[in-house]
Amino acid sequence: MGADTATQDAALKHTPLYRLHIELGARMVPFAGYAMPVQYPLGVLKEHLHTRAAAGLFDVSHMGQIALRAKSGRIEDAALALERLVPVDIAGLTPGRVRYAFFTNAQGGMFDDLTVAHLGDHLLLVVNAARKEADEAHLRAALGSDCEIERLDRGLLALQGPKAEAALAVLNPDCISMRFMDARVLKLMGAYCFVTRSGYTGEDGFEISMPADLAREMAEELLANASVAPIGLGARDSLRLEAGLCLYGSDINESTTPVEAGLSWAIQKVRRRGGIREGGFPGAEIILGQIEDGAPRRRVGLKPEGRAPVRAGALLFSGETADTPVGSVTSGGYGPSLDAPIAMGYVPAALAAPGTEIYAELRGKRIQAAVSTLPFIAHNYKRG
Amino acid sequence: MLKYTEEHEWLNLDGEVATVGITKHAAELLGDVVFVQLPEVGSKLAQGDGAAVVESVKAASDVYAPLAGEVVEVNQAVVDDPALVNADPQGGGWFFKMKLDDVKSTDRLMDEAAYQKLVESSA
Repeated sequence: MGADTATQDAALKHTPLYRLHIELGARMVPFAGYAMPVQYPLGVLKEHLHTRAAAGLFDVSHMGQIALRAKSGRIEDAALALERLVPVDIAGLTPGRVRYAFFTNAQGGMFDDLTVAHLGDHLLLVVNAARKEADEAHLRAALGSDCEIERLDRGLLALQGPKAEAALAVLNPDCISMRFMDARVLKLMGAYCFVTRSGYTGEDGFEISMPADLAREMAEELLANASVAPIGLGARDSLRLEAGLCLYGSDINESTTPVEAGLSWAIQKVRRRGGIREGGFPGAEIILGQIEDGAPRRRVGLKPEGRAPVRAGALLFSGETADTPVGSVTSGGYGPSLDAPIAMGYVPAALAAPGTEIYAELRGKRIQAAVSTLPFIAHNYKRG
Repeated sequence: MLKYTEEHEWLNLDGEVATVGITKHAAELLGDVVFVQLPEVGSKLAQGDGAAVVESVKAASDVYAPLAGEVVEVNQAVVDDPALVNADPQGGGWFFKMKLDDVKSTDRLMDEAAYQKLVESSA
């Protein structure tokens, strides 16, 4: 059988937690140019379930952290400048809040997805690891004349799950009063850290940006808590899939529009047609047109019949004997919390209604799959 | 008599029938198995044909026919409970039994010592 062997390539970059991952017994794999833990001895299945039941700690230090400041010194100017690249209401983002965003291109596709936090005197952008160089160049080219763009060399940890709050409160109880998508500068272990109540699992939790030389110590401190286990990229992927969250490069890319991807919710009214800051970002005409008229295809959830996982790349058909595929799966696998196969993919708008039965091709056979609403697992965020 | 392939399968030969599964090393590499698809009883396989599919949370892997023969029995228990492949890969987690076309063909496979060497050299 063709099992993958662990790869340790000297050319790969290391996060500040590299040694800790090795000491914890992680299996390391190359990911976006970094050696990253795909799983620890607990294994993907139990790591996934542990995160939903207690708390998981993820090293996401490979992601890009970029501070954006206006040369004028006014954060409002940085916010307005960033709006030239994203269809999101950044100017309306209040201090201490985070918004999900995406850089768009002239075709209405997505250059990357990111989060934008308002930290009082600057905006903190967190972008995908594989895109961080491209994103930085994109920002410099478009905003360099108005803005200071600083790549931060900091550690980034995600602490996710119903016990995340209690675990972080040991380091600073001020985190308890934070709500979903709040951002705050908190003193943790003597250092100022950027903390957001956000994540990529569908669970309550935090993402914590700390000085790189504190990352290992903080990870160990959090892992000393009996409810916190280290979680690898394997479970990170199955958790986000159950939560219906997009993976850049798989579910969204430069040829998918936000409307097709079901991300219109992230485009606030002020940026839409008739809004006070309508358009003004790449691909605005296409994206705003699709918000009004609908997109020709949509990202949907899929629940395949039976037990066999249907994975990315599987072709989708409208019928058991239909000749021409109508779309394909962009993410798929086994959902440990559902104990069933789940997938996401794009289908024509006419087939996008929940409950529609379509077919996925798997090893030459057609498997029935029901179009499902997303997320597969209800989000467990701390709101209000 | 226990034999091994470079694809990390084991065969336990009893007369002309070989029981086939994946090794402990392979099960550890795969991680938690969540799905197993087995061949039909009666299917005739050439050496190297895809015989079964084993899937972890992360990925799907093929299990190839280690030698030529006919599938005479499959282990429904691993279909019903794929975790058995991790729990007991070289016992209750067997995949299928095949009647070999040529029992002598097992001479080409590795014995336990040779397989252990392979595993150590790939570690």
